[in-house]
Amino acid sequence: MSTSNSAILAVHDLEKTFGSLVAARDITVSVPAEQTVGVIGANGAGKTTFINMITGHLTPSKGSIWFEDKEITGKPSREITRLGISRSFQVAQIFPSLTVFENMRIAAAIARCSGGVLGNISTPVHSGAATVEAEATIDLFQIGRYRDTPANALPQGVRKLLDIGMAVVGWPRLLLLDEPTSGISVEEKFDLMNVVMSALKTRKITVLFVEHDMEIVARFADRVLAFYDGTVIADGTPTETLDNPRVQELISGVRLKTSTGRPGHA
Amino acid sequence: MGGRGQLAGGLMFLFAAAAAPLLPDWVVSLVTIAFANALVVLGLVVLWRAGLVSFGQALYYCIGAYAVALTARWTGFTDVFALVVIGGVAAGLMAVLIGFLLARYREIFFAMLSLALSMILYGVLVKSESLGSTDGFSVATPTFLGYAPHRDALGLALYWLTLGVDAIGAMLVGVYFRSVAGALAAPIRDNEIRVEFLGVSVTSIIHIKVVIAGILGGLGGALAALAIGHVDPNMSYWTTSGGFVFVTILAGSGYVAAAFVGSLVFEAVRSFAFDVMPQLWQMTLGSVLLLTILFLPDGLGSLVARLKRRGEAKS
Amino acid sequence: MLTASAILTDGLVYAAYLFIVAIGLTLIFGVMKILNVAHGSFYAFGAYGAATAVGIYTNADWPAAIGFLLMLAMGMAIGLVLGIILERGILRLVYGKDEVIIVLVTYATFLILEDVIVLIWGPQSYAAYQPMVSAGNIEIGELVLSNYDIVLVAIAALLAGLAYWALKFTRYGRLLTTVIFDRETAAAFGVNVTLVYTVTFVIGAMLGALGGAVMAPKIAVTLGIGVEVIVLAFAVVAIGGMGSIEGALVGALIVGICRAAAVHLVPQIELFVIYGVMALVLVVRPYGLFVRAQPRKI
Repeated sequence: MSTSNSAILAVHDLEKTFGSLVAARDITVSVPAEQTVGVIGANGAGKTTFINMITGHLTPSKGSIWFEDKEITGKPSREITRLGISRSFQVAQIFPSLTVFENMRIAAAIARCSGGVLGNISTPVHSGAATVEAEATIDLFQIGRYRDTPANALPQGVRKLLDIGMAVVGWPRLLLLDEPTSGISVEEKFDLMNVVMSALKTRKITVLFVEHDMEIVARFADRVLAFYDGTVIADGTPTETLDNPRVQELISGVRLKTSTGRPGHA
Repeated sequence: MGGRGQLAGGLMFLFAAAAAPLLPDWVVSLVTIAFANALVVLGLVVLWRAGLVSFGQALYYCIGAYAVALTARWTGFTDVFALVVIGGVAAGLMAVLIGFLLARYREIFFAMLSLALSMILYGVLVKSESLGSTDGFSVATPTFLGYAPHRDALGLALYWLTLGVDAIGAMLVGVYFRSVAGALAAPIRDNEIRVEFLGVSVTSIIHIKVVIAGILGGLGGALAALAIGHVDPNMSYWTTSGGFVFVTILAGSGYVAAAFVGSLVFEAVRSFAFDVMPQLWQMTLGSVLLLTILFLPDGLGSLVARLKRRGEAKS
Repeated sequence: MLTASAILTDGLVYAAYLFIVAIGLTLIFGVMKILNVAHGSFYAFGAYGAATAVGIYTNADWPAAIGFLLMLAMGMAIGLVLGIILERGILRLVYGKDEVIIVLVTYATFLILEDVIVLIWGPQSYAAYQPMVSAGNIEIGELVLSNYDIVLVAIAALLAGLAYWALKFTRYGRLLTTVIFDRETAAAFGVNVTLVYTVTFVIGAMLGALGGAVMAPKIAVTLGIGVEVIVLAFAVVAIGGMGSIEGALVGALIVGICRAAAVHLVPQIELFVIYGVMALVLVVRPYGLFVRAQPRKI
């Protein structure tokens, strides 16, 4: 299949079924480098399934995924990570018994070692380069004052920043953020996203982020994909997508619900 | 534990080696056995750091021991250096094989499968009449590059050999703990998903740990076989594994040195309790284990850390 | 033909014994997620208690049936006391810790109890074979069966039926099922989880001791009997799936038949076969035959 050279990520005709349940279908999207793409949709609309397929957590039932003109469909997640795609999680996935610095350093050390059994054994974890990289990323995400705090004692916002920082410390070219502001209070959301987005801009990272808050989407995305019933129903600039009548009817209505209380997990 | 810890450890080993001729025989043989077992414990510490407990580590201990005894018996070859290497390699190869299986398991399933595998070996050995069934058989008197010491001299030579192997093992494990693979122990215990998404195969990291623990177990078994001069199927029984796990919990996973101190304490308590109150030594062990879990969940090693912190707070 | 029926009957008798020992273990695991090494001690205590009971009734010259019942009662009473002491005195202190840590706590308890046995009964062996002898034999064709073995199989079958009925049709059983399914939710709905734990552990302990009591006439009651039993029971429970009653039944049958077949056909692999089957099952179905793995969500 052909992909345009300017696209860093191209998915073609992606589909995922669980038995008779269709979780995602007919998804064809191509994302140019350094674009920031917001992904909206109700719970169960297929957003997380979409992200999980790109990062290799789920294998698509049909279709193909291309990253920097290499096909990555169905590859295991750790291989995809090594190719340059990172992700953060809806619930921050960090190492609670390690400090912020140790979390960041192990992530940096992994990114710098060649992988494989020998690479993992022969690379020392506190090499100068990994330490420098970890410190730099901690500064970039402005969590320096928590540097030596064990991760299990961090406030929610810092946990999120650490989670995203660990995804970024290995210099990925594409980052998928699964609901970066979930669990964050309304007052803190914008500050958090400001820190995250300016950090990602500095590193010229292409971003796909799932978000329920339309104001955040409108403010931070260059482009917005709207998911409904497993597929993309609108794709365009934030204004175009958010003004789309189908989007307003099917998704923006949901937003009112999600901002008061989160419905159960999809 | 960085360079200073390693230096201190090295000095301790040198001191122990130098002191040997002054020690009574029973101390020499007690320390030899304790330090042979300490290698097995060190292997369990490697696993324990990642939250894994093997209730079948005696498998590798037994393989190491039988590899030594059988090589000597079948080939007449008795050089200790080669025999110890053979013990370690035999157990290590088994660990490579078993690792493919075991690395997928966690928690009690990891413990149970290792237990089953060690009991299989026990079952085979008990029924192998050519190998002496439950009685086992004696290990030929070893030689050291042609030198063939007897009695006390042999005891001393084996003591030094054990110290040497331990020192090398401790150093290498120290290096391993500071590598990416070693440092991933706590992250794997904490959150495997994140480790995978950082681009590392958790299974392969655990496989490495299983193999390292297996090699150490085999070396420990090889040294123990030489020191005791006898091997039997009980070396693979679950209570043997239980004893090693016991020392691991007692020692804690914080320091490499803790495995050696823990082993020494265990062996000393055991021989003391066995002499003074033979009827109650298991009760003594059980109580110590229970109290350790309840009041020193990070093992004896954490006492050192606590004292250190207190010292720092004062100065 | 004789071998086949001998394998079958021997296997069945052995399976009955394994099931009686394993059902308590699997019950405790299912409800409390505790892999209880001290279960071997319950077994040993039950056996020693039964040996004492047999001593009493032989001296008193009571009829065999009363002696048998006294034996069972003694075993269960010991299990009751031991269960309460352990659960209230020790396990309560470690609830909420890692499963592996709790295994070690029960291991420590096991070590302590091994010596408590010596303190109470001394280091000597006890013979308690009278009930087995007085029960006599029955001949079916060429096959000679001990009536005691038939009673053993009947007890196992009774226990299996009882467990099924209790879990399915009694209030307490349904309570247990909710706790097994989801501890927090059960607690939130007002189930007294603490009490459920105590009761479950005590029942498990009584079953373990009962296993020892019924086996006492068939074995030499001596030091270290618990050590062997506990790994056997682990094997059975691991094969069937930890926490599953029907799993324990099937696991006991598999191990029982395999061992009997080995004993009759290839005696060299008698022990090997038990743990070989266990390892094989764990390789194919890590959580045992009757328990399904639960996928992890991100």
